[in-house]
Order: sequence, then C-alpha cells, then structure tokens
Amino acid sequence: MERFLIQASTYAGSIDGVIMLIALLVGFWFLLAEGIFFWLIWKFRARPGEKSQYLTGKEKHVKRWITIPHALVLLCDVFIIIASVRVWYDVKQQLPEADSTIRVIGQQWAWTFQHPGIDNELDTDDDIYTVGDLHVEVEKTYHFQLQSRDVLHSFSVPVFRLKQDAIPGRSITGWFQATETGDHDVQCAEICGIGHGIMAARIHIEDAQTHAQWIADASAATTP
Amino acid sequence: MADTVVDVHQHEHAGHDGHHDPHWIVKYLWSTDHKIIAMQYLFTGMFMGIIGAYMAYVFRMQLAFPGISVPGFGQVSPGEYNSLITNHGSIMIFWVAMPVLIAAFGNYLIPLMIGADDMVFPRINRLSYQIFLVSAIILLASLFVEGGGFGGAWTSYPPLSAEGDYNQTNLGSSLWLLAVALEFVAFLLGGINFITTLMNSRAPGMKAYDIPMVLWMIVIASILFMLSVGPLIAGAVMLFFDQTINTGFYDPTRGGDPILWQHLFWFFGHPEVYVVLLPAIGITVDVIATFARKKIFGYKLVLYTAVATGVLSFFVWAHHQFIAGIDPRMANVFTITTLLISVPIAELLFVMIATLYGGSIRLTTPMLWALAFIAEFLIGGVTGIFLGASGADIYFHDTYFVLAHFHYTFFPIAIIGTFCGFTYWFPKMFGRMMNDTLGKIHFWGTIIPFNFIFIPLFVLGMGGQHRRIYNFQHFPELAGPEMYSLRQIATISLLIMLAFQAVFFFNMFWSWFKGEKAGKNPWKANTLEWTTESPPGHGNWPPDQMPVVYRGPYEYGHPDREEDYWPQHLPS
Repeated sequence: MERFLIQASTYAGSIDGVIMLIALLVGFWFLLAEGIFFWLIWKFRARPGEKSQYLTGKEKHVKRWITIPHALVLLCDVFIIIASVRVWYDVKQQLPEADSTIRVIGQQWAWTFQHPGIDNELDTDDDIYTVGDLHVEVEKTYHFQLQSRDVLHSFSVPVFRLKQDAIPGRSITGWFQATETGDHDVQCAEICGIGHGIMAARIHIEDAQTHAQWIADASAATTP
Repeated sequence: MADTVVDVHQHEHAGHDGHHDPHWIVKYLWSTDHKIIAMQYLFTGMFMGIIGAYMAYVFRMQLAFPGISVPGFGQVSPGEYNSLITNHGSIMIFWVAMPVLIAAFGNYLIPLMIGADDMVFPRINRLSYQIFLVSAIILLASLFVEGGGFGGAWTSYPPLSAEGDYNQTNLGSSLWLLAVALEFVAFLLGGINFITTLMNSRAPGMKAYDIPMVLWMIVIASILFMLSVGPLIAGAVMLFFDQTINTGFYDPTRGGDPILWQHLFWFFGHPEVYVVLLPAIGITVDVIATFARKKIFGYKLVLYTAVATGVLSFFVWAHHQFIAGIDPRMANVFTITTLLISVPIAELLFVMIATLYGGSIRLTTPMLWALAFIAEFLIGGVTGIFLGASGADIYFHDTYFVLAHFHYTFFPIAIIGTFCGFTYWFPKMFGRMMNDTLGKIHFWGTIIPFNFIFIPLFVLGMGGQHRRIYNFQHFPELAGPEMYSLRQIATISLLIMLAFQAVFFFNMFWSWFKGEKAGKNPWKANTLEWTTESPPGHGNWPPDQMPVVYRGPYEYGHPDREEDYWPQHLPS
C-alpha cells in the first residue's frame, strides 16, 4: 500500500497490514478458483462424439471438492476477522491519552479547525481558528472532536488512513498521531452538496519547533 | 372490450387460433399476456440503460478531462455532476437491473418454464408495469425541473436530501423520492405475482426440486425484496415529509436523527444487492448446465445456499456505516456477519465451477457471457472482503476502491447477466437465432474494456481518491499526472465499450427480422419453455397440449439415453 500513498500515522501501518493480509488470503483463493475454472473450460471443451458425464454431486467423495475448500474459506474468514477487529479496536474504540485536543468542524463547504493556543486547552480565549489548514505536531497524540454545522461530512486524511463521518448535532471524538512531517490532503468523503468537490483542506504536520513557532505567530496575529 | 381479449381463461375455451385480432394498442400496450409485459419491462429497462450509460459517459469525460465541453452535453457544472452520478446509480439499480433481471425474465420465464398459460394475476401484472412506467417518467422528468435533478447520491442521506436549503434541488429531490417509491410499489405487485404463480401454477408432475434454478432465484429474490422494502418505505415517507412539509424526522435540532435513515436504507439496501444477484446467478446456472451438457453440481446445495445467503443478507447492513458514527462496537458484530456471507457466495461459485467438470462445453455466445459472469464476479466478491473487514474499511470507505468493487459485482449482475439471459432466450422470444459471430464480437468488445475501466479505479482508490468529487484539481495529491492518466484510461475504455454496444443493437434488430429460424429447441435444452413454438402464442401451449413433467430440469448426459439431454416433459 505504501507504493500508492505514504503512511504518516501510527496506525496507518496496521491498517495497511490488514489490507495486505486480506490481499494474500483472497488472492490465493482468487487465483486458485480462476485457475481451476479456466483449466476446466479447456479440459472439458466439446469434442465430437464425446458425451458429457452424468454426475449429480451427491456422492460423498465428490462432495468433498466443495466442502473442504469451504471449510478453508471459513478458516480464512476467521483470520481476517481477528486481524480486522484488532485494528478497529486500536483505531476507533480504544483512545490513548491525548497530548492535545483539536476541534474539526465541517460545513458547506469548508473545514474549520479549532486549535488550542499556547495554553494547550480547547475553548479558551487563545484558541486559534483556521479555515482549510490544520496544523499538528509530529509524534504527539491528538484527540479530535468532529462536528458538523449542517449536513453529513466525512473527515478523511488518506495519509493517516483515517476517516470519520461528521454528524450535525453530535461531537464524535477520535484520535491520531502523526509519524512524519509534511503537508497532505484532507478530503471530505461524504457527499455534502454541490460544493463537495471543493471541500478541500491541508494538514500541516510540523516538528515541535515549527509548530511552536506557528502557534506563537498565529496567536500574535489573532490577539487584539 | 379490452378485458375479453386479455382474459386468459376465456381465451382457453375459445381455442387458440382463428379469432378476433385485437387492436395493436391493446395487444402491445394494454396486454395482460406475461410475454408482452416481459417485453415492455425488457425494452423499458434497455432504454433506461442507455440513459444510464449516457450519464456515465458524461461524468467520466468530466473526470478524465475536467472542464471540457462534453460532446452531446456541454460543460458539466458541479450540480449537474452530482445529479448525473446520483441518477446513474439510481437508474442502473432500480430501472435497469430490477426490471430486466427480475421483472422481464421473471415474467417471461415463470409461466413458460413451469408449463402455465399465464401469471395467476394478469391484471396486477399489467398494473405493475404501468406503475413502473410512471415511475420511470417521473424520474426522467425530475432531471428537467427547476434546480435540476437530485444530486445527493443514490443513498440519499439526510439532512442533505431532506432540505432544499442544503441540496438546492427542492423539487428534484422530491420527484426522485416519489419515483423510487412508485418503483417499489411496482415491484411489490410483480413479486406477489411471481411467488404465487410459482407456488400454484406448476405443470402436473413438477415438484419443488424440478423447478429450474432461475425461477427459484427470481422468487427468492422477490421474497427478499418484500421482506426488506418495508423499513425503507417507512423511511422514505418520513424523508418525503421532511422535504415537503418540513417535519424533523432526520433533523437533529428537532429531535430527529440522520443516522436513522442510514439504518432503514441499508436494511433494504444490502438485501437489494442479493435481490438482483440471485436472478443473475440463476440465469448463469441454467445456461452453464445447458452448454456444459451437465447436471448442476448439487441442485439442493445451490438452492439452500441461496436461501442462506438471503437470510444472512438481513444481518450485514451496517457494514455500509462502519465510520458513519454508529457505536464502534457494532462494527465488530457486522464484520463477522459480513465475512460469513463469503461462505455461501463462495459455495455458489464453487458449485458453478464444479458443474463444468466432466462436461462437454460449447462456447456459444450465451455460454461466454455465463462464464464471464463467474470470472468477473469473483473479482467483485474477493474485493468485497476488504470492505467488509472494518479495519481495512476505515481507509477504503467511500473511495474509488468501493466504486470499483461494486461495479465488479453489479456489472456482471446487471449487464453480463442480462446479455447472458437475453442471448440465451432470444430464439424463444423472437423465433430466430442471433448471429453468433456478431455476438462474440460484442462479447469481447464489452468484457475487455470493462476490465480496463475498473482496474484503474481500484488503483485510484488505493491512492486515496474519494467518490463523488467532480474535479480533483483542488486536491494536490490527487491531481498528479499519473492519477489523470489512470482516469483517462478508464474513460477511454468506457468509450470503446459503449461503441461496441452498437454491434449488439445491430445484431438484435437484424436477427429479429432476418435471423435464421430457431425452431422449438435450438439449444437442445431440457426445460419446458423449449417445448412450445418460438415465439410462443397466446396461452403458451395449445390448451390440449399443456406439458406434464416427469423429471428435473438438468438431466444432461444421462447414461440411459442416446441423446445427451432428456427434456422434462418426455415420459420415461
């Protein structure tokens, strides 16, 4: 998966791990099934004067060709379920302690980000509001509170492999921790009206020094 | 006097030949003959399919070459783009897959394959089509009202779909919802007919396990539809009230909940996938048995597996909502149920593949379509595992990976399944053979470009590209040249595929009038529809020659017989 898009959060690797596991297991079944399928088409093509066989599929030794693969498919499912639920639990259910909390607000058609200011507390006078630009510090655990002012939106950060719908009337908390610095896309992943395609934002993952500098500059700019 | 013409039972007494010729309007537009109604559904479905394909052409052009003036449409605005994708999805599922696979094939095949002269409720049948036609007209009209057609995606999530202030298509969204609701009424009426007819009108001697698989599948699908559609109709009424008289069922500021709609919608929406899948599987099973000259590998296995799939499909709906803000613990339960559904589906595919073993396979055009169904649907099936697994779905949800996945299921179902059934039963429907060479040109000209449309979209999805975005230039990571070349490959493949459909329509019309005469049973098949004239007259068989059934439908290659087939109606 990294070939398609870099991994920039602590759990991106484990989500990609589930994807790779599934790819291996179903890839095996897929190739096997298609292989047998095309081989059978070739092997049993019509030849003049040769009649087809009369097989009912009722005999035990014949049925095994269905039941054994069948049990194996079920076994693969169990592996996939275990891997998937473990990752899900880490990403969505069990939130680690936060170093900082931000608020993400979707509305037609922009993302507003509320950062805690110098005091690192949300909903205080020094909060920094930005539209379309989210600034976070690398290797720090963030909680985000996701809200919507009008319709459904979805906060999606592909490099984090993170996605969560925003619902009007509710505040949904999630978490992430970035692992490398850089600027990346934030998309809205739930259709939200004619401006859905322009509801873009950028996430700026900064090292500690740059981030502190940004907070200082932004605070200075907003302080009356 | 329309009623005397259409009363089947009276007709029987009057005998088959040599009496009044009804006016053509009565015969073709006001008929209660199941074959005429099937044709009405088939051609309405095909017409809607052409419109759906045209929409795909317009928005794929916009995606590959943003901002160009699309030939035959003009420049695409964001609102028009949303409306195009919404109605493309709605049309292809509700006005193409369902009318063709269930209504057209169900109406045509059920009486003919069970040896009945018509459906048990011919007038309900006529009403069903008429309501369907009205729903199609309302849907098409919704595209031309002030503000344009509805653009909130075929899933129609509120609050976007509920409030004109948010979607800016006040009238369009209400008309869209009305059209969908009427379409459901049409299919409820049709479903009653299918189930009742199969249960009551079978030829003497036809026991439950002698019924051809395609009929079982259509009837199971009708039952699934009837059981699942109730919650959605309730939801649709609430949404309609929210839209028109400003109630607050889905408005959180007034005590409503937008997520409620998602549960009601997907409680229907997931069984709906199997509603259209099962008939396509039934068609494929019948065609494979005929052209492999083989009994299917476990009749009861297929039947019970299909029922199990149907039952399981009621317990998986929230896998569409993993990241929608539902209680995260629910995702674990629905991951388990969703992955379990891979077991019966894998079994159905294994059985179809195993049926080929020991066969004498003839690669006619319908057989190619049936085999392509298996080969392509497998891709759709295995990619679904990624999305059913909650952990992987966090990333893939609402990306082009999802889009490519369900097109790899719906395209085999709605397009490959339709062509498979149509080319197989064409000789029965029109009395003439289709041209096999043209059929094969059309087959390869459809299948190869199809893969080149959707494989690039899988890659785009893995690269993080989301759905329903009309222009990716606002996202620097999605606006790179490699991304655009993938989109262009998909669009150009679509153009090639659409161009090859001309071969199909030419073949259809040419064969209809000029094709080689088919005779009663051109494929040497076993089922009852091949025992009557092609095309069958009114009443299907002369009243004194109604068939009697002596065996199951798949007795191919029986060792006691010289021929490799043994029709159901021949006494031992």
